[in-house]
Parts: sequence; C-alpha cells; structure tokens
Amino acid sequence: MKIGALKEIFDGEARVAITPSSAVHLAKLGHTVFIESGAGARAGFSDDDYVKAGVTVSRTAAELVGAVDLLAKVRPATEAEIGQMRAGQTLISFFYPGQNADLLARTKDQGITAIAMDMVPRISRAQKMDALSSMANIAGYRAVIEAANNFGRFFTGQVTAAGKVPPAKVLVVGAGVAGLAAIGTSVSLGAQVHAFDVRPEVAEQIESMGAEFVYLEFDQPVQDGAATGGYAAPSSPEFREKQLAKFRELAPQMDIVITTALIPGRDAPKLWTADMVAMMKQGSVIIDLAAEKGGNCDLTVPDERIVTENGVTIVGYTDFPSRMGAQASELYGNNIRHFVADLTPAKDGVIVHNMEDDVIRGATVARDHDVTWPPPPPKIAAIAAQKPKEKKKELTPDERRAAEAAAFKADTASQIKLLVGGGLVVLLIGLVAPASFMSHFIVFVLACFVGFRVIWNVAHSLHTPLMAITNAISSIIILGALMQIGSGSAWVVILGALAVLMASVNIFGGFMVTRRMLAMFQKS
Amino acid sequence: MEYGFTTAAYVVASVLFILSLGGLSGQESAKRAIWYGIVGMALAVAATLFGPGAGNWFLSLVMIAIGGTGGWLVAKRVQMTEMPQLVAAMHSLVGLAAVFVGFNAQIELGRVTRLIAEGVPVAFTGFAALLAGKTGPEIAMLKIEVFLGIFIGAVTFTGSVVAFGKLSGRVDGKPKKLPGGHMLNAGALALSILFGILYFTGVGPAVFWLILITLLAFFIGYHLIMGIGGADMPVVVSMLNSYSGWAAAAIGFTLGNDLLIVTGALVGSSGAILSYIMCKAMNRNFVSVILGGFGGETGPAAAIEGEQIAIDADGVASALNEADSVVIVPGYGMAVAQAQGAVSELTRKLRAAGKTVRFAIHPVAGRLPGHMNVLLAEAKVPYDIVLEMDEINEDFPATDVVIIIGSNDIVNPAAQDDPNSPIAGMPVLEVWRAKQVFVSKRGQGTGYSGIENPLFFKENTRMFYGDAKDSINKLLPMID
Repeated sequence: MKIGALKEIFDGEARVAITPSSAVHLAKLGHTVFIESGAGARAGFSDDDYVKAGVTVSRTAAELVGAVDLLAKVRPATEAEIGQMRAGQTLISFFYPGQNADLLARTKDQGITAIAMDMVPRISRAQKMDALSSMANIAGYRAVIEAANNFGRFFTGQVTAAGKVPPAKVLVVGAGVAGLAAIGTSVSLGAQVHAFDVRPEVAEQIESMGAEFVYLEFDQPVQDGAATGGYAAPSSPEFREKQLAKFRELAPQMDIVITTALIPGRDAPKLWTADMVAMMKQGSVIIDLAAEKGGNCDLTVPDERIVTENGVTIVGYTDFPSRMGAQASELYGNNIRHFVADLTPAKDGVIVHNMEDDVIRGATVARDHDVTWPPPPPKIAAIAAQKPKEKKKELTPDERRAAEAAAFKADTASQIKLLVGGGLVVLLIGLVAPASFMSHFIVFVLACFVGFRVIWNVAHSLHTPLMAITNAISSIIILGALMQIGSGSAWVVILGALAVLMASVNIFGGFMVTRRMLAMFQKS
Repeated sequence: MEYGFTTAAYVVASVLFILSLGGLSGQESAKRAIWYGIVGMALAVAATLFGPGAGNWFLSLVMIAIGGTGGWLVAKRVQMTEMPQLVAAMHSLVGLAAVFVGFNAQIELGRVTRLIAEGVPVAFTGFAALLAGKTGPEIAMLKIEVFLGIFIGAVTFTGSVVAFGKLSGRVDGKPKKLPGGHMLNAGALALSILFGILYFTGVGPAVFWLILITLLAFFIGYHLIMGIGGADMPVVVSMLNSYSGWAAAAIGFTLGNDLLIVTGALVGSSGAILSYIMCKAMNRNFVSVILGGFGGETGPAAAIEGEQIAIDADGVASALNEADSVVIVPGYGMAVAQAQGAVSELTRKLRAAGKTVRFAIHPVAGRLPGHMNVLLAEAKVPYDIVLEMDEINEDFPATDVVIIIGSNDIVNPAAQDDPNSPIAGMPVLEVWRAKQVFVSKRGQGTGYSGIENPLFFKENTRMFYGDAKDSINKLLPMID
C-alpha cells in the first residue's frame, strides 16, 4: 500500500504527518512511503532526510495525491484537498467531525474513507495512537514555557545574599493530559503549583505530580466525571458558583494561571472571568490553552497575546504543538504509524479495515459513501467507575482510649480463661496420673512454652531451614531406639536397629541440608 | 555417677536445641545455630550410647554409620527445588521410627511382666530395668503413651509418604477422596480408639491390637493427605512436622526420657506455629485446610470484564529499561520452571543498571514455608532485597514495574474486591497498584484453585506467555 503525507497549508502550521523515522517503521510494515516536497521543512526535516529514509518525494500535492492510497495529514483537510482525492482513498488526520459537518458530508459523497485521529477511543490499547494526548502533552509543556517567557520573574524561590526571591504561584485549571504536563513542567521549574479539576478522582494524579489539589466543599456527592469516558462533563450551576468563588479567592495570589478546561463537542467553559483578571497582580500571566474553542478566560483573544490595563498578559495562542514542530511531528508521526500498524495486522503492506475493532471503528468517521460517526460506545470502559471511598471514622482521643482499654480487657480476659482452663486440665491429669508422669509433664509443658516463644521470632525467610533443622532434631527419637536395642528380645533388637537406621538418615541428612541452605543466604 | 553424667548431657543438649531454633531469627545467627543443633545431637547420642542402660552399641554404631552415610549422600545431591519432597520424606522416617520404638516398648513390657510373673530371677538392664520398676498406674499411663506415640507416628508416616508423592509429582496433586470422605476417617479414628481401649484394659493380645491401630492410623494418614490439594501443601508439611514432634514427645513419656520430651515439644510447637502462619496467610481455618478443598461456595464470583493482553519480550525489556524500581513476585511456577537462575541474572543486570530491584514473597508462595527464599538464595539473590508481604505491600504504588513469575492466587485482587470469591479475605500482594504489571505464565487458564484472576484483565497488566525460564532468558540480552 502506498502512504503519503501532504505539506500542511494551514498558516503557521509547522508539523508534518510523517517523519523520516516514522517512515522507516511504515516501510517495515510493508508500505511504500511518499512525501510532498518541502512538507517537513518547517519541522526541520529536509527532503534529503526523507530520501535517506527511503521515502519517495513528490514535487506537488496533486502528484502525491495521485500516487498514494492512504493520505496522512495533521490539520483537517481543506475543501480543495478533499477535491483532489478520489473514491476509495483513505484520509487520516485530525478531523473534528462534530465541528466539520460539511467536510464530513463532502468525504462521504466522494467515497473517501476518513480516519479522525481525534476520535481514537481512550482505551489503554489505543494510547500509542492517541494524538490528542500526545499533542496536549506538548501544549501543556509549551504553555509553561510561554508563561515563563512572559513572566518577568523567577519560577523558583531563592534565598540569595542579595535578598529573597519568592517562588511563583501557578494555578492550573483542568488536569487532563495538557494540565498534568503543565503541572509537571511548572513543578520542575520550582513553582508552587495549585491545580483544579471538576473530576475529584484526578486529585491523586495531581498530587502525584507535586501540585496541591484545590478542593471544593460540598454537602452532597458530586457527579462522577469518569462515567463519560475519561473526559470532563458540564457541571451544575451550583458547582460552577462554588468553583468561581474559589477562583476569586485564589486570583489575587496567583502569578501564572494556565487554563486547559475543555468539554468534548462544546465551547470552552468560561472559568476565568474579567473581574478575576482585574484582581490579579501586575505582571501576572494567563495562558489559555482553550483559546481555539473560545477560551476559558473572558478576555482571551485567539491567536493573540494581549496585555490588560492592569498589566496582566493573556496569551491565546492556538498553535502550541506547532511551536515545537520537530517533536510534535515525531510524536504525531508515531501516532499515525501505530494506527497504520493496527490497520496492517499481517505486516505485509495490505490494509485490512476491520470495522469490528473498537479502535479502528471509533476513529473511522466516513467509509464507503456512508457517515460512520458518531461510533457506538466502545466495549471497554475507559476508567472503572469510581467506588465510593469508605472513610474511616476519626476517633476522638476518648474513644480511642476506651477502645484500647476494651481491647486490653478482652486480652486479659482471654489470657485468664486460657490459664484457668489450662490449669484445670493439668489438675485433672494430676488427679489420675502417677507422680512420675507429672514430673515429666512439667518438662513437657515448659518445653512447649519455650518452643512457642522461640519459634515466633524465626524469620519468615528461614522457614524452610527451620523445617529441615526441626526435622533433624526430631530424630532425637534415636535415643529411644538406642535404649531398647540392648534388649533380650530378638524382635526388639530388629525393630530398634531399623529405628536407629532411619533416625540417623534423618540426623545426618537434616543437618547437612540445613547447612547447605543456610550457606546460600548471602547479603548483597 | 554415670547416670548423673547422662542427665547433664541431656540438659546441655536441650539448651543447645533451644538456642539452635532461636538462632534462626536472623540469617547470620542461623549459621551459628546449625552448629548448636549438631553439637547437641552428637552429645545426646554419645551420652546415650555410652551411658547406662544401652547395650548392643556395636550394632547401633553400624546402623548409625549406614543411615548417616545414606542421609549425607541424599542431602548432598538434592536439588533446592526438591526440598519440599525431601522434608516430607524425612518426616515419614521419624514417624516410622516412632512406631517401631512404640512397639518395642510394648514387646519389652510384655517380656518383662512375663518374666516377673514366672518368677525367674533375672537382672534387668537398661530399658527393661526401668519397666520392671514401674507400678500399676505407671504402666497404665505407659500404655496410653505408647498408643499415642504409635498412632501419631503412623499417621505421620503415611501422611508424609503421600505428601512426598504429591510434591514430587509421583501422585496426582489434585485432592482425592474415597467414597465416604471424612466419615471414613472418623470411623477409622473411632475404631482405633476402641482398639486402644481394648489394648489398655489388657483384653486379648496387646501387640495384635497395636498392629490393628497402626494399620488404621496408616489409613487415616493416607486418606487425609490424599484429600488435600497441591497449593495447601505448605500447611500439610508443617502439620506433619508438628506431628513428628508430638510423636517423639509421646515416646519420650513412654521411655521417661526428658530430652525426648523437650525436643519433641520444641519440634511440635514449631510445626504448629508454621501451620498457623500458613493458614493465616491463606485466611483459612486450619480445620478447613486439613479437611481438604475450599469451603462451600458463598455465591457467584463477580464476572470479569476486559481482555488479557499479551506482550512480547521486547515490550517487557523496554519497560524494564525505563523503570527505576522493579519488584519481582515469584511463585511455585518459578520452581517448576527452574527459573531462579535466570531470575537472579536478570536481577543482577537490573541492579547493575542502577535500578532498585526487590522480591516480594507471600508466606504461602511455593510448596513449603519459605520455599521461595531458599530458591532465591540458591540462585545467589542477596537476602536483604527479598522482602515479606507486609514489608513491601505499601510500596507497590511507587513501583514502576512488577514481574510476576508463576504465581496466581497470591496476587489475586478478588481476595480484596469480591466478597463472593472463594479466597475473599486472604491477604494478597497488591501488585495491581504498581504502574505496570507483567505476568509470566505458561498460558491462559486459572491456577490451582481454579479461581479466575481479575489481575490478568487489568489495564496495567500485560501477559508475558511462555515458560518462565525461557521468557526470562529472552529478556536478558535486551536489558542494558
């Protein structure tokens, strides 16, 4: 199968869908790879690099489209690009079928199979082709770098001879992939990071990245965001009020605010209102990663960097991944080639478009003159529904003391019962048994007692040697045989001799094997 | 004078035995402890051989020499993976020896009473002299002790033989019961008690009753252990260990020998504690283990959703190369595949690459208490990175990669999540909290207990199918 990547014509787009390294992998799957001349230039890959990787360079877009069966792109195709394609060809790119209904209708009419990289279901198996996540990761990182660039101060706190520098305070709103990447980057720059998300179950992830989760206080349990396939759902008015009140409280303290809140298929929720911006300190920075969908901040202007009257910089760029073109292309290229690998199960260059496969089915939005979007829900839930956590009741000191006292009493009671019971049994035996027996019996009871005390201290790892050594010493039964072997009865001598024989096998074998085992235990 | 010397030797030997068991509390002191045991034993045997009452010492020495050589050779050759069956085999010898000694006591008693009754003036020596001096109640007590010694010894003997067969694979490991099940055992027990009473009251020929009791006890031992499955063997072996001790103690009473009583009690309590620890680790009641099989089903186990996802050696190796902390959970499968050498090599390479590698050992992993520790020690894995369940369970969330080699039930999350699971409540290693789990397993399918393991279906779990040893060996060249 022939696979080719077009040059991105969107203004300022630096990424490319196939890189020289991903081309090598595609070739291994049995495909022939094509590229439009100059497609990788802005990501730092020259035509020569591609040729070295065994890629055929086509001079024009039309030539490339004519040559290939599968066309890879980054941005959604334009009407013109679709127009060049022919029926039966496959297009693989970001598509956003929800927003691009016309484009979808066009592909359907032309009989083009369209695979939307943004529709890859969020299941573990598909993580390696999840282009939204890989791009969001880059965006999150880049957001912090842009923030640092626009923030004229240190991120990390320092105590120098010339004075103290406080650490920057960063608030990350929305802890998806981009948010978590932003948290990680800010933390490693040394900032104090706070993070908020409507899904309480991500608190653990946020805290594991080194940020502080901003909790909202609620009386009744909040909706479980995980039920919607790992994405956030719109929140209730009451929740929203609480949230905004919390943000107003935080706004004056924060130096950097990075908003990443998106809800699939909707405009970005307005979370950072104009009055919050007004409350912020002079020199603070807001990075709005949701700018493309209208922005989380009221004042965001998409694709622009503005400075408000009170000196707050608001960055509304929409091309963060493209600003790191080389690596974004590498990651996107890998996402594409993993998807193609799934499409080529036999690794023989033959594409099998298996619509039974959850991942392929989910990402395919048009096929055979048919719109196949939206897909049926995947068979596997993205995240297991969260179980209500059982909170252990905090005991007051009084209650704890009472519980301890009760436990102590129960302990004492059971010990007394054991002692009394044991004593009674011994007394009963003493009543009927002869005195000579009782003297041995004392020895027996004491030995059991010592045995229990001693054995509890044996290390678990030495249980096998313990068994071997107790085995060896239980052959002490040899003493009995030795005492009897001198008898006048032939039977006794024979049985005694056999007993001596077996016991000595055990003595020597048991000690020997224990010694072998113990010698093996070595310290590193 | 001479008698005092023997007793003194016994006292020293008892102390040495206690020190020997106590010394096993740590790996270093254990190396000293073994010598305490050897010296104690040598002292006890020498004191008895050359002390009063022993005769025929030439025959004794010959027997000790033959038996000792045999034991020495076996112990020298045995593979560490064969340790469970060796221990079981050795228990059976102690059990049988106890039976013989018990019979001897009765035969000797019969001879002595007959000679006294006939009025033949004989100067009794040794054990016979001891018997001759016994009063009526003392002889009654002696008979009870003989009965107990023979009964426990015989159960230990056949039980250990069956355990040996199961552990070495000569007998099918699945639980098997004759029709009638535990009623047969109970019947046999009742019959032996009946014969015991007949023996005690002196009706009919005493030795004949004892033989019948022995045969019944043989049957009980056989049938009891046949009904217990392979994974419960740690409990069985430690229980038999305990029995061999109690048998020795019972014989000690018979012979009026305190050293035998002390040692028997030590061994008996040691085995009892081991059984208790094993049962607790499986969250099962001792009785239910001994009666065999799992208890009644409590309800349908929760259905498992998802699929088992396989992975190849490349994937495991790259995850290992990226990981900082690795925990390896070995189980009986590692012993079966003889993979401990390969695992040790993997550990060495990973540690050389600066990664933290540790082992997590569940108390009932393997077929013998502490089985895994011995295998890893044999493969030269340092013991300070081999940790117990309680020591490592909290560390799993901070672990990058967990490799499970041939274990199943001990890492089953159903024990915690699913109250209807047959193993609900059993303490398990919480491996699923780690970032990534690899399961080295021969194929799909459930473990010994037949319980489906939801761990294999978790999102962060990948199945690394194949023979454990081959799989690990394949990984080795890919670790850098």
